[in-house]
This record gives sequence, structure tokens and C-alpha cells, in this order.
Amino acid sequence: MRRIEVTCILCPVGCRLTVTEEDGEWKVEGYGCRRGLAYGLEEAQNPSRVLITVIPVDDGELPVVPVKTSKPIPKNLLLKASKALAGLRVKAPVRLGQVIARNLLDLDVNIVATRSIKARRDRVEADGQK
Amino acid sequence: MLDRVVVVGAGVVGLSIARVLSALEGLEVVVVEKEADVGWGASKANTGIIHSGYDDDPVKYPNRARLAVKGNRLWTTWAEQLSIPVDWCGSLVLARSSEDRRVLRELLARGIRNGVPALRILDGEEVRALEPMVSEDVVEALWSPTAGVLSPYEATVALAENCVENGVKILTETLVKGVRVKDGSVEGVETSRGFIGARWVVNAAGLYADEIARMAGVSDYTITPRRGEYLVFDKDAGPKPSRILFPTPTPVSKGVVVETTVAGNLMIGPNAVDLPRDAKEETYTTKEGLAYVWREASKLVKKLPGKREVIRVFSGLRPQPSGGDFIVRVLEEPEGFVEAAGMRSPGLAAAPAVALEILRLMRLNGLDHGFKKRWKAERRAGLRIMGLGWDMLEKTVSRNPSYGRVVCWCEGVTEGEVVDAIRRGAKTIDGVKFRTRAGMGRCQGAFCRLRIAAILARELGKPIWSITVKGTGSELGVGDVKSLLEGEDVAD
Amino acid sequence: MPTRRVDLLVVGGGPAGLAAAARASELGVRRVVLVDERRWLGGILPQCIHPGFGLHRYGRDMTGCELAEKLIDRVSSLDVDVYTEAHTVRMGYESYLSKTAEVLTPRGAFRFRAKTVVYAAGARERTCFEAGIVGSRPAGVYTAGEVQEMMDVWGILPGREAVVAGSGDVGLIVARRLTLEGVKVKAVVELMPYPGGLLRNVVQCLEDYQIPLLLSHVVLAVEGSKRVESVLVAEVDENLRAREETVKRIPCDLLVIAVGLIPRVELLAGAGAMIDPKTGGPVVNEFLETSLPGVFAAGNALVINDLVEHAMEQGELAAESAYRFIEDGGFRSASWKRVRVGDGLRFVVPQLLAGFRDVKLYLRASSPSENARLLIPELGKSVRLRSVRPAEMITLTLKAEDVLKAERLTVKLV
Ligand SMILES: Cc1cc2nc3c(=O)[nH]c(=O)nc-3n(C[C@H](O)[C@H](O)[C@H](O)COP(=O)(O)OP(=O)(O)OC[C@H]3O[C@@H](n4cnc5c(N)ncnc54)[C@H](O)[C@@H]3O)c2cc1C
Ligand SMILES: Cc1cc2nc3c(=O)[nH]c(=O)nc-3n(C[C@H](O)[C@H](O)[C@H](O)COP(=O)(O)OP(=O)(O)OC[C@H]3O[C@@H](n4cnc5c(N)ncnc54)[C@H](O)[C@@H]3O)c2cc1C
Ligand code: SF4
Repeated sequence: MRRIEVTCILCPVGCRLTVTEEDGEWKVEGYGCRRGLAYGLEEAQNPSRVLITVIPVDDGELPVVPVKTSKPIPKNLLLKASKALAGLRVKAPVRLGQVIARNLLDLDVNIVATRSIKARRDRVEADGQK
Repeated sequence: MLDRVVVVGAGVVGLSIARVLSALEGLEVVVVEKEADVGWGASKANTGIIHSGYDDDPVKYPNRARLAVKGNRLWTTWAEQLSIPVDWCGSLVLARSSEDRRVLRELLARGIRNGVPALRILDGEEVRALEPMVSEDVVEALWSPTAGVLSPYEATVALAENCVENGVKILTETLVKGVRVKDGSVEGVETSRGFIGARWVVNAAGLYADEIARMAGVSDYTITPRRGEYLVFDKDAGPKPSRILFPTPTPVSKGVVVETTVAGNLMIGPNAVDLPRDAKEETYTTKEGLAYVWREASKLVKKLPGKREVIRVFSGLRPQPSGGDFIVRVLEEPEGFVEAAGMRSPGLAAAPAVALEILRLMRLNGLDHGFKKRWKAERRAGLRIMGLGWDMLEKTVSRNPSYGRVVCWCEGVTEGEVVDAIRRGAKTIDGVKFRTRAGMGRCQGAFCRLRIAAILARELGKPIWSITVKGTGSELGVGDVKSLLEGEDVAD
Repeated sequence: MPTRRVDLLVVGGGPAGLAAAARASELGVRRVVLVDERRWLGGILPQCIHPGFGLHRYGRDMTGCELAEKLIDRVSSLDVDVYTEAHTVRMGYESYLSKTAEVLTPRGAFRFRAKTVVYAAGARERTCFEAGIVGSRPAGVYTAGEVQEMMDVWGILPGREAVVAGSGDVGLIVARRLTLEGVKVKAVVELMPYPGGLLRNVVQCLEDYQIPLLLSHVVLAVEGSKRVESVLVAEVDENLRAREETVKRIPCDLLVIAVGLIPRVELLAGAGAMIDPKTGGPVVNEFLETSLPGVFAAGNALVINDLVEHAMEQGELAAESAYRFIEDGGFRSASWKRVRVGDGLRFVVPQLLAGFRDVKLYLRASSPSENARLLIPELGKSVRLRSVRPAEMITLTLKAEDVLKAERLTVKLV
């Protein structure tokens, strides 16, 4: 038998759910309403999250661009995915929504920019100092 | 023999000495400092008071008594020449009991003996007429109109800039590890960057003066740290006194002061806690110490602002000499070894007088250089945008747009001022802070630190994460944001 | 120097200010100027790369950056005069129909004379000094917002091993963010016996990564001279005082301070506005008008909001009020009732009601509870709340006619 503890986050009550599985039979206990039942099953069977991180930018007005996965990915792969992205770089300009990497860890998700980063002008000159 | 003097320690004392010596023809002056910038020892964390000189007993502590009064007078000229912000606001020693009143009379008598001008004892009414915020318990006060407050870190920066203009070399992040003595004479100092030969070595190493002395074979005194803690209030918090408010002193210290800094913040402190001799870096603040400061300060005034108005706490270490008095001397053995040590309070007030005294003593011991024909007494302070009238401000910004880009929102410091500070020698976030006040406001740098780091990175050509707060070892970050993930196995 | 005359000056270009400028322009207010001291509009949104923004309003969960671009696009398409890198140095109340502001920018120093002002300057973070943390003052002690900006704007890794002081949403989100870049978060330390942030964040930021949450604990002191080497942490008793015998040392090189936000009201206070010690923001009436006629407040400068939608709707209401102020030459006098903050609540905003319009109250509970009731005895009003948390703002809408009826108003939570 497998037994998984899940905290329901769908409302502030925060029921502590116990999800058990025996021979393919799933059971949820401790929910305060029906929504918790579905949530408990999902979190036990297929917990997933959107990964949020940044990617270094070359020649940008700023040195990094924030990104996210186009879909939630399995929770236990978040750290691995973050490591897999280390080493990736992108050249400015970057537009909001631009796909920066495809098919991360063969999960069929893309890495998408969540901010636009302009290419660098020489700020020092632009300010007329120097 | 090289005609060079090495001053160990770029505090207010070492730099004052260097300034005076820089006026001599044909003498090379090198100041050696272990920290990344000047003035980061006792000279940056103190009350900033230019005492008028009634405190010290001329019999027990002749140097303190004599040099404070003289230093006070010299600062009026020095501050003007060097554009150091100073407020000659005067001070009040507040008496709350008949015992206190007796002490006031002692102080008055001592002040008269020390040659302090303009002292007068005021009654309670008069005191509250001058300073309405003073507690109703106060029955009398000793008024000393010649006391002042200055910005201690700006003072050392100003001294350093003036020194450099007059040919002094200041070597930062250079630790003195030994004093080379041969045949009873000093030959120079061993440093973390190599040997520097010199005919004279001036020991102005603050808390470490006893150790430098031992390197030269001198061991007739020790220096122990005496910690003082402070609380600084928001600029908008008040009421603030116009004059410095002292309690009646005890034999140990002048007590917890209530004052308005030159920048306009209410500040209270310091307490006095003796630490072991080796605790020379322990500028910690403590719950007990700060609570004590609060309690003592509360006795002087009707009401302090709320605790929520405190924006910063800090502490400094007084270099307390075992004998009590300043050690200002030129030694016969080893020859060429000069000391300005044990500069506890009122060391800041006394610094210019100490410098002149050192010159006099060195002259008596064979220093025979004449004065330079061209020596620059003046130093120009950097531009302060928020100090300008609106019209000047407009003109300045239209000439140089970076003076319109505010980077520190709390204190209103612009990019132009930061760049100027960097060109004048700031290499660190604290270096910029002490020169411009960026980061000294209520947010304590949370808003501006990164913008300032970005400017430092650009001007110094370094990656932004490697910009330091206060020298090597205090880098802002530990690397680029990916540095812990890169190069590691992807398998988890 | 020419003084620029405008109808509405919006100070601050975060979500509240952007929403205010857009709404005012859409209503037909002419000469709308928005100033913000940062290089980019959006206030703190561009440094919030995590999702959790805009779900209630747009039905779509966005990251802070994404929402920022959406709001900026809206303002750019309208007739709003935007000044960035424009720091408001001083504000003044000249007369009923004229308020002044001095604004410094790299393109010049400007003086504005505005009929109305929407003040939306946001908040600042409380510092380690305000949290009463003593000890040394080395590199490696940063506020949570600064850590976000370090990592996600400037690409700096702030440390290798971290302790986070404070378990509000900001602290929790930063703990997760650090973890995802390989930083070991050794503990999130919370003074109260319950987490300060939303449950969702406790689960998804801490539990997902097995980050320990130390409830009823306090960070006492920082150790290390150049860089943080460790912090001292202790358990607290029921009076929130540290128990000496429980002090322990946690080695780390980063201390993140996430102990709350304070409205930035210096300019308002400097111009003479009355400040509410309960919120730290200005006292406002149901138009979100401060005690300076024609000066309105919105967003975190008014009250610390946990939801960006609340900041935005305050901005919009402030803009609508400014529009009415300009059109009608101000508001009629009335017998304003000061809302009394009863048991169980930290604050109620707006503080003054007259019943000119239906009004949405923003309130925060003092402590968590289940099956609570929100009461306004004078109106016989009682609302059941299944579960309340200080982390989540409670809102309650009152009808104008109800407000008109009441002699006085008290709101409490039992
Ligand atoms: C809490 C407090 C309050 C005070 N209030 C007042 C006041 O109100 N008025 C007043 O007149 N005085 C006051 N003082 C005293 C005043 O601050 C000191 O007398 C003065 O700053 C001493 O200056 P200094 O140059 O001797 O020492 P420091 O400023 O400590 O300078 C010594 C320098 O030597 C460097 N150094 C040490 N060892 C080495 C080495 N081996 N190699 C290279 N460099 C080295 C140090 O890094 C340091 O920068 C106060 C002091 C404290 C701590
Ligand atoms: C770290 C963090 C995480 C959050 N996460 C979420 C979340 O997941 N979901 C959610 O819905 N909400 C979240 N919030 C809350 C929400 O985003 C805020 O309540 C909202 O951003 C406040 O907006 P604002 O416009 O009032 O202030 P701000 O965004 O702070 O904007 C104010 C602007 O005014 C400028 N300004 C200030 N003074 C001046 C001056 N004198 N002159 C010129 N300009 C000035 C400031 O620089 C700033 O750009 C979060 C908040 C924080 C701090
Ligand atoms: S199970 Fe229902 S009541 Fe319990 S937390 Fe989830 S949504 Fe709320």
C-alpha cells in the first residue's frame, strides 16, 4: 500500500489529506469538500508545477531574462530541469513569449520568456558622460 | 637613507598627520591601511563630536586635556579648508541631581583650567528655553558653545583627498605585518604587499597600535577595545535637539548622548563596554547594549520617537590605552619610531592638534625639512544635488544628465554623485555610501545597493556579483546566478 | 523654469499607478502624467518572476513580469505622458485645486502643478534593523525584494546557504527561488506560531522542497565580519520573547530579511497628509482621498496588499475619484464617520465613510481562525468566514444607503 500526505491548497482551510493506493484503488481521506477529493488524487498521482527560472542574456540591457515552462512539469523533475537549463544562453533582444528552448528533458514542454529584454545600447555614451 | 615616512593607519589621526607632513618639502609620505578604504576603524563609528575640552583632567591626562582644546580650535579652520560638513552647535551637559550639579562645577573649573572659552552654567528654565525637548528633571546644564558635530567619515575622506592632492600615497588593503629595525633605527615596514623602506614610521594604527609597537620592540602599553553602540532615527523623526545633549559624566565615560547628526538624523549613544584585548574586530551590537542606550537617552529628554523610527544600529570600538592618556611621542629606541596611539575619545576632536604635535616632536628629533612653497590647503567636496537650489539643479542636470538620475531614493543621491565618488577613490558599496550617503536612509540600501553595484561594476570593469560591500571577502554575491548549477552533474 | 500644469499627476508606475493612469485617461481626464523613479514601469512586478498574478481579474495566471508588460502596453496605447527614471523629490499642497511636485530626471528637473494627484508610490521592505536583529553588519544580509532583484534582474547568486527570516509570501517565494538555483535554504524562521504567507505558498515553496519552517522562532543576531558566517536563532515564548536556553547557531552565508512591508508615505506626510498608524498609510475616505483634498492614494502606499488586483482596483477607484474631483471641483461636505477597528482586526481601509457611494472595505485579521464572523453591530451585519488568515486581505462591500443610515460604524471579527 502507498500512502501520501497532501495539503489541499484550494482554499485557506488547508485540509490535510491522506491519499492511499492499494492494487490500483485510490482513496482520499480528510477533505472538507469535494474539490479536495479531486485535488488529492491529482497531487498524489501526478503532481506537477510550472518551473520558473532565469536564463543569461548576451548583449542585453539586462544580464538575465526570466522564463517559465509552457506547461506544468512533474514536480520531482523541477530541480533536474533547472539544472538542465544551466549553461543555456540567449542573445538579446528577447521578446515576451519567445520560445527559448524546446522539448525540455523530452517532456514536450518549451521554455518561454516572460519578459522582454532589449539589446544593449552603450549606456555610458548615451548618458553623455565619459 | 630614504627620505620617506610611513604612516600606519588611515584613520583620522593617521591622515591628519599625513596632511601636516605633506606640507614638508622633499619628504615622501606613504599611508598604509589594511582595510579597503580610509577611515574604517574607530574613525567611522563614533559620535562625531568636536569636544570643547572641559572633560579631561589636565593632571591625570595632560595630552587629552591639552590637545582636545587645541584640536577644537584647529577644526574650525580645517573643516572649512577641507569642506567637511560641521555644525558648531554647542553642547549642554545636563544635571539631574545635586550630585550632578556638583560635577558641573568641577567641569566648569576644569574647563577654565584647560582654556575652554565661553562656558556657562544655565538653570533648568534657561536650558528648556534653548532646548524645549529636554526633560523636566533637568535642573542645570553646563553650556559649551564651542563644541560641534561633524561627519566623521566625510572628515577622513576629505583628509585623504587633500593628502593625495599634496602628493601623499595611500595604500589600501595593505596590512603591516612587521616593523624592520636595524641597529636601533627603523628601516621600514613589512606589509602584505612587500617591504616599504622608510626613515620614519608613524604608528597611528588605532586598536592595533599596541601590536605595531610590539613589532618595533615597544611594549610599555596595551590597547583594549571599548565598545560603544548607537541607534540612528529616521530623518523625519523628532524632536531633535539643536545642541548636543550630554548627561553628567561618570568616571568611565561621557555617557549616552542625544544629538542631531550633521545629516539631520537624531542619534543616541554610545554605551561603554570593555572587551578583551584581542576582540579588536567585534563591532557587534547587542540587545542589552541597545536597551541600555535607550534607557539612558530617555532620561535626558521628555520623549524619544517611537522604536519603529530607528533605521540603523551600529557600534564602534574605542582604542583604550592602558595608561588612559593619548600616547603622542617620538621614541629614541628604536630611532624613527613615532606614535600617535591610544586615541580614545576625544581623539577625533584632538586629531589636528595631535598632528601638529607630532610634527613638533619629529622636528625636535631631527626632521629638518622646510615647508613646501606650493601646498594645497583646500579640498573641494563633491557636488550634492539635494543641497542645490532648484535653478542650479536644473543647470547641472542639463549639463550632465547623470546628475538627474536618482539612484538612492531615500537620500536623493544621483548617479553623477556616485560616479564622482568612484573617481575620487570609492571602490566598494560602503566607500560610495560614506562619500555620498547613498544607502544611509530608511531603506538602508535595499533599494539602491544593486544600482550602485551596477555603476561600480561598469566603472571598475568588474562583474556585478564581485563588487564588494567592504573589501575582499565581502562580495555582494558568490557568482553568477547559475554558478551553483553549472558544471554539476545533471543526474540528481 | 516653466511649471507644467496637469490635471492628474500619478506618482508611481506600479500596478496601482498604471491602473490609475489608464482609467483616468479612459474616463477622459486630459493631461495625465505618470512619473516613476525606476528605469522600467511596473513597480515591483518586473522582479516577481513567479506566477500568481492576475488570476482573479484576467482568469489567467501570469507571472509578475507578464502582468507588468500587459499593464504597460495598456498605458502606452493611451494618452498618458510617462516619465521614467523620474524621482519625485517633494510634494506640496498649494491650494484646493493645486498641488505641486518637484521631479528630478536625467532629462531635466521638472515642476508640476496638478489639480489632482494619485499617490501610488508602493512600499519599502522592513530592514534587519527594524526587525531588531543585532550582531555584525556584513555582506550577505539582504531583504527579500533585493534578493529577487539580485537574481532575476541582475543575474547574481546571493549565497550558497541561506536562512530566511519571515514566512510571509515574499519569504516563501524567495526560499523556493533560491532552492531552484541550487542554494541550500536551511530554514525559514517565523516569529508567530503560524506561517505568515498563503497556504498555497507554504506547500509549493517549502513542502515541495522539504525546506524546514521554524515557527515561533526568531533570528536574533548575525555573525561574521566580512560576510555572514552564521545566524543565531531561538525559540520564543508566548510573549514572543526569545528563550535563552534555546539559542542555536545556524551556519550560512546569506540571511534573507522578509519581515514585512511599510507604505512609502514620506512625500504625502511631508505635504501634510494624515497617516494611520495601523496601516502605515494615509487616512483616506471612501473616494480614497487623503486628508489633502484632491490627493488620492492607492496600492501599497495606501495599505499593504497581498493581491495585485486589489492594488489595481484601488488605483482605478482613485482615478475615478480624481475625475469626479476635476469635473465637480471637489466633493460635497458630509458627516464623515470614522470606522472603528474592533477586536480581531489590525486595520480597516478606508477609514472614513459618508455613504456617497457603495464602498469596498479592506481589512486584515489579527490572527488565524476558523469559522469566524465579521460583524458590524450598528448595521446588524454579520458575515460568516470559513477561515481567516492574516496573510489574506478580507474585503467587504457596504451599500451606500447602509452607511448613510448608521450613526457610527465598528467592524470586528469574532
Ligand atoms: C563609540 C566611540 C565614540 C567616540 N566618540 C568620539 C567623539 O564624539 N569625539 C571624539 O573626539 N572622539 C570620539 N571617539 C574617538 C575617536 O573616534 C578616535 O579617537 C579616533 O577615531 C581615532 O582615530 P585613529 O586614526 O587613531 O584610529 P582608527 O580610526 O581606528 O584608525 C586606525 C587605522 O589603522 C588601521 N590599521 C590597524 N592595524 C593596521 C595594520 N597592521 N596595517 C595597516 N593598517 C592598520 C585600521 O584599519 C584603521 O583604519 C569615539 C570613539 C568611539 C569608538
Ligand atoms: C515580493 C512580492 C511578491 C508578491 N507576489 C504576489 C503574487 O504572487 N500575486 C499577487 O497578486 N500579488 C503579489 N504581491 C502583491 C502585489 O504585487 C503588490 O501589492 C502590488 O505590486 C503593489 O503595487 P503598487 O503599484 O502599489 O506598488 P509598487 O509595485 O511598489 O509600485 C510603486 C512604484 O512607485 C515608485 N515610486 C515610489 N516613490 C516614488 C517617487 N517619490 N517618485 C517616483 N516614483 C516613485 C516605485 O519605485 C515603484 O515603481 C507581491 C508583492 C511582493 C512585494
Ligand atoms: S478540501 Fe475543500 S475545504 Fe479543505 S482545503 Fe480543500 S478546498 Fe478547502
